[in-house]
Amino acid sequence: MEYSGARILLESLKKENVDVLFGYPGGAVLDIYHELSNHQDIKHVLVRHEQGAVHAADGYARATGNVGVCLVTSGPGATNTVTGIATAYSDSIPLVVLTGQVPTPLIGNDAFQEVDIVGITRPCTKHNYLVQDVSQLASTIKEAFHVARSGRPGPVLVDIPKDVQNQMHAFQYPERIKMRSYNPTYKPNNNQVRRAIELLSEAKRPLIFAGGGVISSNSSEELGTLVRSMQLPVTGSLMGLGAFPGDDPLWLGMLGMHGTYAANKAVSNADVILAVGARFDDRVTGKLSSFAASAKIIHIDIDPTSIRKNVEVEVPIVGDCKLALQGLLRVQETEFADVNWADQYDEWNKQIREWAVTHPVRYHDEESLKPQHVVETIFELTKGDAIISTEVGQNQMWTAQFYQFRQPRTLLTSGGLGTMGYGFPAAIGAQMAYPDKLVIDIAGDGSIQMNSQELMTAVSHKLPVKIVVLNNCFLGMVRQWQELFYDRNYCSTCMDAQPDFVKLAEAYGAEGYRVTDPAKLKETLKAAFDSPLPCIVDVRVEAEENVYPMVPAGASLEEMLLV
Amino acid sequence: MRHVLSVLVENEPGVLSRISGLFSGRGFNLDSLNVAPVLEEGVSLMTIVTRGEQQIIEQIVKQLRKLVTVIKVTDMHDSTTVEREMALIKVNATESNRAEILRIVDIFRCKVVDVSLDELTLEVIGDHGKVEAVIALLERFGIKEIARTGTVALRRSMQPEK
Ligand SMILES: Cc1ncc(C[n+]2csc(CCOP(=O)(O)OP(=O)(O)O)c2C)c(N)n1
Ligand SMILES: [Mg+2]
Repeated sequence: MEYSGARILLESLKKENVDVLFGYPGGAVLDIYHELSNHQDIKHVLVRHEQGAVHAADGYARATGNVGVCLVTSGPGATNTVTGIATAYSDSIPLVVLTGQVPTPLIGNDAFQEVDIVGITRPCTKHNYLVQDVSQLASTIKEAFHVARSGRPGPVLVDIPKDVQNQMHAFQYPERIKMRSYNPTYKPNNNQVRRAIELLSEAKRPLIFAGGGVISSNSSEELGTLVRSMQLPVTGSLMGLGAFPGDDPLWLGMLGMHGTYAANKAVSNADVILAVGARFDDRVTGKLSSFAASAKIIHIDIDPTSIRKNVEVEVPIVGDCKLALQGLLRVQETEFADVNWADQYDEWNKQIREWAVTHPVRYHDEESLKPQHVVETIFELTKGDAIISTEVGQNQMWTAQFYQFRQPRTLLTSGGLGTMGYGFPAAIGAQMAYPDKLVIDIAGDGSIQMNSQELMTAVSHKLPVKIVVLNNCFLGMVRQWQELFYDRNYCSTCMDAQPDFVKLAEAYGAEGYRVTDPAKLKETLKAAFDSPLPCIVDVRVEAEENVYPMVPAGASLEEMLLV
Repeated sequence: MRHVLSVLVENEPGVLSRISGLFSGRGFNLDSLNVAPVLEEGVSLMTIVTRGEQQIIEQIVKQLRKLVTVIKVTDMHDSTTVEREMALIKVNATESNRAEILRIVDIFRCKVVDVSLDELTLEVIGDHGKVEAVIALLERFGIKEIARTGTVALRRSMQPEK
């Protein structure tokens, strides 16, 4: 029995347990869309811009841990996915992006809607493919999913020419896959694991630095067990939020540019740092030469390139975070059973507590509507039981500081690329995966305008995503830099020309709310959260509020500007 | 420090641009790059000459290994190797200096592969240092054109005990 390429593609997706496709049709994928109507078991979310499709697939992937999938046409459809792909690549999110391509005989001739999307996305995908023959289609899809989700996950693009979609071929989905050129290392080296515990047993001022790898490897539980049995204080990168409960006494909050005082002090004074699935981004380290100056670093990462890329490492452990943490636990419980960790670290933990108590993240609580208070109120209303996405800028940092993430996969945020416009479509993707969960995009007035067209997607698919706009009428984070480092020259950051967000919501058939009075904040948010419809809550916050602490770019972590 | 990297890759379209894109995108030095198929079906060998401090070289090797189409990366620096490159050099040759050029040809075991009344084209084969030396010696006569291959290298069969 022979199937068309289009059908082979969809049958292959089902073999990969794909139940949702985020997409947008066009000439080069018409055959696939034609076939799609025969496959009711694959839901299709019709977005309003291809960038939205990729972010939605990304949000779906972050919330579930599964590969997110999207489908777009050639040319402009394909180029519109690039920002989304780069966003996922920066944060190691597993995606399969399917693009239509002009028929193979036309490739290279500047055909209508032809672009070399494989060439364009080479540096921002984990890998990509051009399928040149229908006989290769099923195995390419198999490989694409395998590459996307294994090792350090990432986006994979598969470009499928139109003629390949309607050529006929027998369908046989490969059971297994063997790639001589791709074999990620999962099992950590036992000697290194042992050395790590040995180093910690000699430490007086240890610290765990958790990154997004803890979340992508689903090892929060292992991390928690290790932390509690050894009484190790924990900090995390933006991508690591939720890896360890934000309300646990051993949690110090995020480190880095807008990290907490306690976390940045702890990193700067630690003698041993155990980094788990983190990559020492410049927003985390500040000035490299003074970062963790007195610490020996143990670094667990599945990607060898992350190790020793930015910082010198004493004990490198290449492997899956979960297996590595399990290994650490085993060695600690057996060979180091008689160490009294709590005693050994007691003084250090007291010091850290003192930093945390004397310098919590805070703001001046005045009469006006403070954005930080809005985030706190969202936390109070949800008790952490919600999926939160963010846009980029101050809104993102206040969310990181004032919302206590208690579970992994409850924060969807563009960390590495810092993509404005990410949060709302990502929330749509997450809501698609969890229709009954409360999904909230904590947004900025600038960012939300980058993908607000997806309101139509949310309304038409009955996805009751809530957008809370921390509306400061500014590109706030940029304005903050201008205030602090560019003589308050607010060039092109004032956004007082903006749509009426309430009417905007209503125009799409969503609900719009506005909050100007602090006293009405909680009840308005509650009404929006209880509504069965997608909502925008336009909260008019203090316009020139800044995010603190702040480590100026290029300064060392101890040079924090405080409130 | 100059390093010669031997990189076995899947011989498929785009593999060259994956490698060259990695070098340009990350700002790594790329002195030369040579590609040709090897005995095994579907596999090519790239010989890459690069420079950098140890930490950078380590990154380059890891980044290359991370590419999904790369099968194996060997830093030839870790073993003793035979290295060769070839250059074709077209040099001005007047009646008065022709003899001296030919002496250089002789000393460096080059070959004269083309002659005209006022030019000689020489073929030089050797390791990188030798080719550089010949070029340096010929410069004062006026080199008109030059075409060079990148370096290729193989591990020596007998490695000194470590
Ligand atoms: C696509 C994109 N363009 C530009 C930037 C640079 N940028 C970073 S934060 C920011 C301001 C965001 O403004 P807003 O969404 O209102 O958030 P606020 O900082 O005010 O909370 C800008 C322009 C970016 N991160 N992403
Ligand atoms: Mg703003």
